[in-house]
Amino acid sequence: MHRFRFILYRPIQFIPVLFGISVITFVLVRLIPGDPARIILGTRASPTALANIRAQYGLDEPMWVQYLFFLKNLGAGEMGRSTLYKIDVLKLIATRIEPTLALVAAAVILSLLIAVPFAALSARRQGRPTDHVVRIVSTAGIGFPPFWLGVMLIILFSVKLGWLPVSGYGNTLGEKIQHLILPGLTIALSLSAVLTRSLRAGMIAGLKSDVATAARARGMPENIVFWRHVVPNALVPTVNLLAINIGWLIGGTVVVESVFAIPGMGQLLVRGIFTRDYMVVQGVAMTFAVATVLINLLADILTVALDPRVDLS
Amino acid sequence: MIRRSALSLAPTWPRYISRRPMLAVGAGILAFFVLIAIFAPIVAPFDPILQDPKARLQPPSFAHPFGTDNFGRDVLSRVIWGARIDLQIALIGVLFPFLIGTVIGTVAGFFGKTIDTVFMRIVDIILAFPFLVLMLSIITILGPGLSSFYIAMALVGWISYARLIRAQILVLKTQDFSVAAESLGFSRSRIMFRHLLPNALAGSLVFVMSDAVLVLLNGAAISYLGLGVQPPTAEWGVMVAEAQGFITQAWWITLFPGLAIVTLAFGFSLLGDAMGDLLGVHE
Repeated sequence: MHRFRFILYRPIQFIPVLFGISVITFVLVRLIPGDPARIILGTRASPTALANIRAQYGLDEPMWVQYLFFLKNLGAGEMGRSTLYKIDVLKLIATRIEPTLALVAAAVILSLLIAVPFAALSARRQGRPTDHVVRIVSTAGIGFPPFWLGVMLIILFSVKLGWLPVSGYGNTLGEKIQHLILPGLTIALSLSAVLTRSLRAGMIAGLKSDVATAARARGMPENIVFWRHVVPNALVPTVNLLAINIGWLIGGTVVVESVFAIPGMGQLLVRGIFTRDYMVVQGVAMTFAVATVLINLLADILTVALDPRVDLS
Repeated sequence: MIRRSALSLAPTWPRYISRRPMLAVGAGILAFFVLIAIFAPIVAPFDPILQDPKARLQPPSFAHPFGTDNFGRDVLSRVIWGARIDLQIALIGVLFPFLIGTVIGTVAGFFGKTIDTVFMRIVDIILAFPFLVLMLSIITILGPGLSSFYIAMALVGWISYARLIRAQILVLKTQDFSVAAESLGFSRSRIMFRHLLPNALAGSLVFVMSDAVLVLLNGAAISYLGLGVQPPTAEWGVMVAEAQGFITQAWWITLFPGLAIVTLAFGFSLLGDAMGDLLGVHE
């Protein structure tokens, strides 16, 4: 299992990045013009509450001491209170994680369901009209704005056809799945454009590889060569491609949650900006950043697990 | 990888373009939008913000080819005027990150050591944040508006260019022409900006086009969220946001501004691919 040893020391490499994330989120709030105590508590805070927060965050101390206070509070699981919801930001975020995770999962699954068949079609007919059409469509697909695509899908599938709900999230699992189809599809259509290009290139390389030639030489039918040997190999780099695009994917969910009124972290962020709920903005930004770092680690582990040839140590 | 200067191909341009339909289509789309943006006051049939209560929510017709919105404003005219703002978003949103990233990437790659380490650490940290989330956080501090968007773009967008240029400079500075320039006693800034940089630019010039797509989509998305361009200014993202209250009655208010974004983005993508072929760069 020495190939997995990097899991032990990779977190050490994260320390400078996590340090940087904490500095940036700390600085973000301190850069807002005005009294930081009022920024943390909102404009209607009482004098005693203001005095308390000054002590808790060391707001009368120099900047670097304030940063240490910030870290101390963070260590105690305190990211500040939302001025709108009146609860701790971490608790608030915890209630919003599920819809966002579900949306990302739906988007990834749907994008693979779209990208794999199209990439296969394109790769097996390389240079022919089908291939050109798929390539042009995937080039155009990258330029589809998710907020517009979302509204167009609502117009088509919810307003005109009445098949799916317009917006919201629902309570039961069935309702949630119904509510996730259109938002998931919105992100998936753009994401699959990126995936199709990479999968196509991987499949074309795979069709010419020694593995495929050897399988054909053993008399294996072309279809089985393709789906059993070429496709699985082409799928491995997709894991990394998804990890590289995770920031973009999160950005997509932020916008799409607003389009479909899904009560996730993205909607929380956007509402927080409008209501000047700065602790919420800080908390969500930090959570998304830490999640991005963790997902990249996860992608590395998955790549090593999927492909015995990869050795990251 | 062999890099050719774009200029050396100048005399054969017409033949080159005619053999590459993608390049022609991409350039054509961009030229079209630039022209309608410049001549918006002449091309647009109506005033983009003039309200006409008698002509509310009219479907596409001869008088209003793209229909009218809930204020009776002509959607076609708003899409045409929107080209001004959205092209400006793509241009300024790419230009400043490109300039800042190019200088930082060149300096970091050339001097190496501490400067390089510091800048690359900053890059790592910015990369840890989802792009849009960091943009939105900066806009939170600066307040909503187009100028906040440009500042946020400049603060966040430079990292891609810095990484691309730095990687090129690291390779180029060990090559003979660079060593020769050094032994001739040329100043560091002359070597950096006159010898190394021109050779390092090809990759980021191609990236400019795919970046323009991302900047356009982000600018429109931020305006859609209500944090960028503000109504009643005609901008494509704002138009989609304003149209969302009327999706059950009037699909045309949503459809056309979105199609404009898709078409312009497609133009940038095609140009990027064509430039990649031309300069021998592949992403």
